[in-house]
Amino acid sequence: MADIRNFTLNFGPQHPAAHGVLRLVLELDGEVVQRADPHIGLLHRATEKLAETRTWVQSVPYMDRLDYVSMMCNEHAYCLATEKLLGIEVPERGKYIRTMFDEITRILNHLLWIGCHALDVGAMTMALYTFREREDLMDAYEAVSGARLHAAYYRPGGVYRDLPDRMPQYEASTWTSAKKAGELNENRSGSLLDFLEDFTNRFPTYHSEYHTLLTDNRIWKQRLVNVGVVTPERAKQMGFTGAMLRGSGIAWDLRKKQPYAAYDKVDFDVPVGVNGDSYDRYLVRMEEMLQSNKIIKQCIDWLRKNPGPVITDNHKVAPPPREGMKTNMEELIHHFKLFTEGIHVPAGEAYAAVEHPKGEFGIYFISDGANKPYRMKIRAPGYVHLAGMDEMSRGHMLADVVTIIGSQDIVFGEIDR
Amino acid sequence: MSAKLETLSQNLQKHFGDKLKSLKIALGEVTVEVAPADYLAVMKMLRDEADLGFDELIDLCGVDYSTYGDGAWQGKRFAAVTHLLSLNNNWRLRVRVFAEDDEFPAVDSLTGIWTSVNWFEREAFDLYGIAFVGHDDLRRILTDYGFIGHPFRKDFPISGHVEMRYDPDQARVIYQPVTIEPRENTPRIVREDTFGDAAHG
Repeated sequence: MADIRNFTLNFGPQHPAAHGVLRLVLELDGEVVQRADPHIGLLHRATEKLAETRTWVQSVPYMDRLDYVSMMCNEHAYCLATEKLLGIEVPERGKYIRTMFDEITRILNHLLWIGCHALDVGAMTMALYTFREREDLMDAYEAVSGARLHAAYYRPGGVYRDLPDRMPQYEASTWTSAKKAGELNENRSGSLLDFLEDFTNRFPTYHSEYHTLLTDNRIWKQRLVNVGVVTPERAKQMGFTGAMLRGSGIAWDLRKKQPYAAYDKVDFDVPVGVNGDSYDRYLVRMEEMLQSNKIIKQCIDWLRKNPGPVITDNHKVAPPPREGMKTNMEELIHHFKLFTEGIHVPAGEAYAAVEHPKGEFGIYFISDGANKPYRMKIRAPGYVHLAGMDEMSRGHMLADVVTIIGSQDIVFGEIDR
Repeated sequence: MSAKLETLSQNLQKHFGDKLKSLKIALGEVTVEVAPADYLAVMKMLRDEADLGFDELIDLCGVDYSTYGDGAWQGKRFAAVTHLLSLNNNWRLRVRVFAEDDEFPAVDSLTGIWTSVNWFEREAFDLYGIAFVGHDDLRRILTDYGFIGHPFRKDFPISGHVEMRYDPDQARVIYQPVTIEPRENTPRIVREDTFGDAAHG
């Protein structure tokens, strides 16, 4: 009788379905997974240590590079924690802008997730559709911050500047005819809010296209239903948050339970799954996109009617306006001190969390009263979810591992930090 | 919200009494500190008692207090800080435990209470060298295979000790001492309490 041994397989770190740099050591019995041991840290940049050597504002752009598909939500948690320590309030308009861009970010994230998840499972077309919509939303990012991905738009005290009155336009060139450019500019003739309103009107149609492509698709269901089932008890034990928790039937959403920004003033529902499998998590995230669309609409409505400041007028935290600096000595000093020495944050500690598209994203600060944080800890949702990989994939086939990775919505920027 | 925090702190007092070395409410958050000897028992009760009900462990991180306040720190050097969340009661709690020994910091592992703590403890071990007694798989997690030292300790330089490059002569990747000069663009300053008080404009 031949000696039968388990087969150990290296999955990644350069595998297209590993969503970045995951190295997964799989112990297989035939094609059935016995143990999954994720090796992470290949993208570790010690963001938390870097933050200890930077002033409070200088670390904001590092936040974009954590979960690089939901940039502004990361910034939001960072700014909330800083504001908590400083004890300052964000102006109402700033809160609504943050709420709107958090939801834009959620749609951005979920679009990338569904595109890549479907691509991993074998449905090539999805990615082409979702990247078409992402383009519009990234244009909105670009219009407010100048960057399509790493925005650094949220600042402690509010957001960097008010929404622009006009959108960037396409120009006729060798590749784009004047007629084509005119067509592309059609919904860009107004302000950013007009552009976004146009998007929110179009989005439900796109969304139903995704449903047509996937929801009743037999192959899609064969690959997702009953794969990676998590019971509510285990989900809590493993520290799951966000869609991973809601997919298991627990109605927990920080936007409802511990509201921040303007979430207590907008109307939306929290979708909850039943079976806790990959298919339910898919349905939960799909519905979340529609709810986000609804929130964006409400924010656009409010923002049109209520002009006002978007960042705190406390010049120990936020820079004074440019005009003030040119005429007023005190403003000039504020500006100089703010950009040479930075904000002084009172000694103490604070934890602030947001409902990030992937789960609970939290920032924990310890300050000793200096112009730099003493310790920053990033609570990344993906880190906890990936830790549950072993338990979720046991007893499944090798091909299901790819489904589970996709269903966890893994991004290595935040896991490795 | 503050009534809720009052209830939580009363429940904590009722269950633990003088087992809590300190109980603070600041910035809308409750923080307790426990002795390493009581740590495991307290955490287990925090999960199991219904009027506390912390069914999720959100985060655990190591902290190195050695340079806190530019040398003003008197207490122990290493701490493990845990953030707990109760879904039923909708409240949070922060628990801090200081390791007794500064040379070889060790605290009990919570892996028997919350599964989610597994990787967090590996991370704190990797970055700070805090050993978690009772953890059955305490390997490094974020740093490179074969890494030496604990990079988040305050005496570990931000530029590290070694750098890696491809050596064409030996035709392989080699490690060598770092060649970059550490530099600090904005110096770290702790001002007196009243300086630039943001809360008062």
